Amino acid sequence: MFQRSLAVLGAVAGVCGLATACGSRSQSGHQASGSGGGATVVKIGLDAPLTGGLQALGLGMQYSAQLAVDLANKQQAVPGVTFQLVAKDDQASASIGEQNAAAYVADPAVAGVVGPLNSAVAQSMQSVFNQANLVDVSSASTNPSLTQGPNWKTAKTRAYPSFFRDITTDAVQGPFAADYVFKTLGIHTVATVDDGQTYGVGLVETFSAEFKKLGGQIALAQTATANTTDYSSVISAIKSSGAKLVYYGGEYPAGAPLSKELKAAGLNIPEMGGDGNEDPTYIKTAGPASNGDFATVPGAPLAALPSAKDFIAQYQAAHFPAPYAIYGGTSYDAAESIILSVKAALAQDGGKVPAGDAFRSQVEKAEQAVSFDGATGPVAFDQYGDIGSKVITMYKIENGAWDQGVYSGAFAG
Amino acid sequence: MSVTVLLQLVENGLVLGAMYGLIAVGYTMVYGTIQLINFAHGEIFMLGGFGALTVYAWIPGVAHLPLLAALPLMLLGGVVVAVAAAVGAERLAYRPLRAAPRLAPLITAIGLSLALQQVVSLWYRLPGGGNAKAPVAFPSFGGKAFNLGGVLVQRADLFTVIAAAVCMAALAWFVARTRSGRAMQATAQDPDTARLMGIDPDRMIVVAFAVGAALAAVAALTQGLRYGQISFDMGFVAGLKAFTAAVLGGIGNVRGAMLGGIVLGLAEELSSGILAHFRDTAQYGQAWADVWAFVLLILVLLLRPQGLLGERVADRA
Repeated sequence: MFQRSLAVLGAVAGVCGLATACGSRSQSGHQASGSGGGATVVKIGLDAPLTGGLQALGLGMQYSAQLAVDLANKQQAVPGVTFQLVAKDDQASASIGEQNAAAYVADPAVAGVVGPLNSAVAQSMQSVFNQANLVDVSSASTNPSLTQGPNWKTAKTRAYPSFFRDITTDAVQGPFAADYVFKTLGIHTVATVDDGQTYGVGLVETFSAEFKKLGGQIALAQTATANTTDYSSVISAIKSSGAKLVYYGGEYPAGAPLSKELKAAGLNIPEMGGDGNEDPTYIKTAGPASNGDFATVPGAPLAALPSAKDFIAQYQAAHFPAPYAIYGGTSYDAAESIILSVKAALAQDGGKVPAGDAFRSQVEKAEQAVSFDGATGPVAFDQYGDIGSKVITMYKIENGAWDQGVYSGAFAG
Repeated sequence: MSVTVLLQLVENGLVLGAMYGLIAVGYTMVYGTIQLINFAHGEIFMLGGFGALTVYAWIPGVAHLPLLAALPLMLLGGVVVAVAAAVGAERLAYRPLRAAPRLAPLITAIGLSLALQQVVSLWYRLPGGGNAKAPVAFPSFGGKAFNLGGVLVQRADLFTVIAAAVCMAALAWFVARTRSGRAMQATAQDPDTARLMGIDPDRMIVVAFAVGAALAAVAALTQGLRYGQISFDMGFVAGLKAFTAAVLGGIGNVRGAMLGGIVLGLAEELSSGILAHFRDTAQYGQAWADVWAFVLLILVLLLRPQGLLGERVADRA
């Protein structure tokens, strides 16, 4: 018995030793081979919820970034460099996101990261990335404080020079929705429900502020407990509040049951949400009762954009196992921006990958200066790391499907 | 706040509580027989839901039946899967640890709970290639809710209450009137003497696990019908609440589990509903529902440490 366990121990130690040996060889390899004939491998991370309730959105992000990487390799976008996408699943959890961030930082071949989806996850990842000057371009996290600091309403300060995003923030999304409800729908009394998370609370806050400014009334504001699908007590209160619309801050796994239960309780008022609600699964769960519900999504409808035609055609040609979903375009552009930054950083150094930490700092500098026409339109970052575009689109469920957008425009304030 | 609103909250609370109670029975029966807090019971509940969905989605024709006709088949599927999982867990994970220190099976239960979640998340497949990594849609009743003078009773609510009442009546009959039920009581009171009387304690423990699992499967079916979706991680919150209900009612006491569930459900719905109703207290409504539920638990345990219907027993820990 003792003999056998010793042998097992020995074997385990041997395998571990082998694994670390391989690991260190491949890591040092990428710098050494830069001067040789072989292609240098530069990795681009992708962090998103690839399992769990937000899987549909996360997979769309992953495959869209994969497409950008594949095309860059095929077209030799950066001569001598082979890009590789390293996808990690954060399960929409801030703590797992932080671990993933640490893993990306620890791999010197990682030049930048696309994602995450959730604002709360983004928040926990940024200090890790920032310490290592590792560029992170989020294609989906829309909470304003990520780029403009916690006091973004009064005093904007950039918290993390390494953080960028190519999607419009909730500072625009919430007010855009409020404006639409008050002026276009002519509804002056609403109830709000949020999920208590960074994204949901922020969205409802910006919505409510604008709605009150317009003269509307927030008849009821409720925060749902985490992971709940039971809204019966909230719905009783909404019923007696006289609200004509429910504005929901959160994502579809909890947003869809709210719509279903609202209508089942005899309340035929629409639910409006942000980009977290806009998913086919929302309709599947909420059923036919969801007809007439709304959701806003940053950016113009991808299918209608001339700039996105190429992306959509390429995505369909690649036969990915999941659709690009709502963050596909921005994820594709985010990966593209990192590829261009790597190219710029290399150009400075005579086509070679700079050694050590200098590489990441140079990519970060290049990312700030990046400017190109992406699938979603022009991509360039302001002094906070936000994209210039402020366009939002309002979608509505009609005949059991999200329509092509009932109204699209920029919110001027 | 009108009486109708209040009655609506009571109705919501009763339905929610009936579901908690159905799950809580499983905790309390297993605890009653082997003093194990079976933390994997939430996952047994979840598996019951997936068992029912499997029958609905995979057996040709079931999805085309009227839902009421499909329900017995789905229930059967759910019960079979849940009972098989619970009995398998008892046989493979808990029985080998029967003589081990009590922390060992407890930690095993937590591990088993995580493992079962991952198994469903990784390998469950729907026809057409869908998986269970995200919440999956569950059939629900069409048609309008019943209107009792302004109080709306959803069809699924009615099903929940009837199912809970039938299950509890059957359980009471089983425990009090059948040979197995009385043998189970005897095992719970004193396993060694029960063995001397010719009762096989191992068999009784398996029965306790199986009965608890069957009721959890019924609860899972009601959950699916009410919210229109089930997910691989739904057992965690439901299990925690049901465990709370079992403790509230007096762990080890079957009637206490149902009472605890209903008290917990009412407390959650009434506290959050009433507070949400008034402008000044609205912020302490839904967001604080769990807070009020656990405040109630703490108060009950302060005043009656043995729970509402629990009997004071010598500490066997």
